[in-house]
Amino acid sequence: MALTQPSLLRSLAVQRRVLHALMMREIITRFGRDNLGVLWLIAEPMLFTLGVTMLWTTAGLHHGSPIPIVAFAITGYSSVLLWRNSTSRANSSIAQNKALLYHRNVQVIDVMLTRIVIEASGATASFIVLSLLFIYIGWMPAPYNLLEVLFGWFMLAWFGTSLALLIGAATTFSEIVDRLWHPASYLLFPLSGAAFMVEWLPTNMQKVVLLLPMVHGTEILREGYFGQLVKTHYDVGYMATCCLVMSLSGLYLARQASRRLEF
Amino acid sequence: MLAIEHVSKVYPTRQGPREVLRDINFRLARGENLGILGRNGAGKSTMIRLISGAEHPTSGRIVRGMRVSWPLAFGGAFQVHLTGLDNLKFVCRVYGVDYRPLVHFVEEFTELGIYFREPVLHYSNGMLTRLAFALSMAIEFDCFLIDEAMVVGDVRFHERCHIELFHKRKDRSFILVTHDANVIKLYCKNACVLHEGRLLPFPSVEAAYDFYQSTMSTRAEPVES
Repeated sequence: MALTQPSLLRSLAVQRRVLHALMMREIITRFGRDNLGVLWLIAEPMLFTLGVTMLWTTAGLHHGSPIPIVAFAITGYSSVLLWRNSTSRANSSIAQNKALLYHRNVQVIDVMLTRIVIEASGATASFIVLSLLFIYIGWMPAPYNLLEVLFGWFMLAWFGTSLALLIGAATTFSEIVDRLWHPASYLLFPLSGAAFMVEWLPTNMQKVVLLLPMVHGTEILREGYFGQLVKTHYDVGYMATCCLVMSLSGLYLARQASRRLEF
Repeated sequence: MLAIEHVSKVYPTRQGPREVLRDINFRLARGENLGILGRNGAGKSTMIRLISGAEHPTSGRIVRGMRVSWPLAFGGAFQVHLTGLDNLKFVCRVYGVDYRPLVHFVEEFTELGIYFREPVLHYSNGMLTRLAFALSMAIEFDCFLIDEAMVVGDVRFHERCHIELFHKRKDRSFILVTHDANVIKLYCKNACVLHEGRLLPFPSVEAAYDFYQSTMSTRAEPVES
C-alpha cells in the first residue's frame, strides 16, 4: 500500500516540508519579530567576530608574520563559529523540542538538522558580509584562491555538522555529554588553528594539533585566502575520513536516540 | 487499515525493566472505531503514543495503512512565544496543507478573538485546549487517536468537540482510551479492556464494561509517569 511504503521521492518531500516548518518556527522563536528580527542570525556572529578581530589586532597575535591581521582574525574566528555554534545549539535540541516529536513526521534528526543549518547559515553569512566589508574598505586583501576558500569552508561545515549530530544525539544517552561539551568547546578553541598557523608551532606540537580535524580545515581556508604568504600543513584525506566516521556515528546515534525516546 | 501486531513496550526503571504492554494485537478497518478501557496506570497513554508513532514499540510492529492523527488535542507542542496562528501554520507545514483556508475555522472554533494573533504565552488553560483541539481538526486524518484525559473543558466545549468529531467526521475511524466506561458506551461500537499489560477483546461493549467493573474492586495498579 502506498501509505505504508513511502517512496524515496515522497520521503524527500516530507523531509523538506518538515525542515521548512521547523526552521520557520525556530527562527521566529529565537529571534522574534521585534527590532532586527532574523537579521540577528547574522548580526550576532558578526559582533563576535568583530570583537575578536579588534582584540587580536591590538594584541598583535599574528607574531609579526606577513599575514594581514584582520584577514587572519576573520578567517580564524569565523571558522570556529562555524563548527562550535552548530554543536552548542544541537546539543540541547532534542530535549527542547521533544514535544514536537509527537508529530510522526518530525524526527530527532530533523530538530538537530534544523539548528545546524540555521547556525551554519548565520556563520557563513557573517563571514561573507565581513569579508566583503573589509575588502571594500581595504583592510583585507581579496582571497588568493576563492575555490580553495570555499572548499575549506565546506570541509569545516561538514566537520561542524557531523560533530553537532554526534554530540546532539549523544546527549539523549547521558547528560554527562552536555556537561563535558561546554569545557571541551572552550579548550578546543585555542587548539583549533584559529589563532595560529600550524607552521608557527614546534614540530612535536604540530603533530598533536594536526590530530584535530578542524585544524586541517582552517589551514585549507587560510591557504586559499593567503596563497604563497603562508606555509600550510593539512591532509584532506585525514579530515574527510574523520568527518565521515563522525557523520555515520552521528546518524546511527540519532536513530538509536529516536528509538529510546520516552515522553 | 491499522494493524497492531505483537506489540510490546518495556521501559527501563531503577528496579529493572518493566513491561507496560505485552503482546498487543488488533486491527482497525477504515471507518471502524475502538474504545479501550483501562484504569490509571494501565498503559493507555503509552498505547496512544505507540500508535501515533511518537514512541517506538520494544518489539512487534505497527502498520499504518491510513492516515493516523497525533494524540487528539495534544497541546504540549506549542511554543509559547508563537501565536495561535503561528502554531496553525507550523502544523500545516508539517502535514503539507495550505493554512489559509483553515484560518477561519480555527478562529471561529477556538473563539480566541484577538488572542489568536497573540503569543500562546498569554493563553489560559481553556484557550490552550481549544486551540489544540482545533488544530487536530484542521488536518484531515482517517483515524483519530483520542486520549479522553487530554480533552478537558466545560460542557459547551465538549458539545462542540462532540459535533466536530462524531457528527462531522463520523465516517472516520477513531481509537478512544479512557478510564470512564460510560464514555465508551456512548461513542464506541467495539471495546477492549487494558488489564495487566494485556489487551483483552470482548464481543460487546457491555461485556467489556462488566469485566472492567469487576476489576475495579481489586488492588489499584501503580501510576504511570
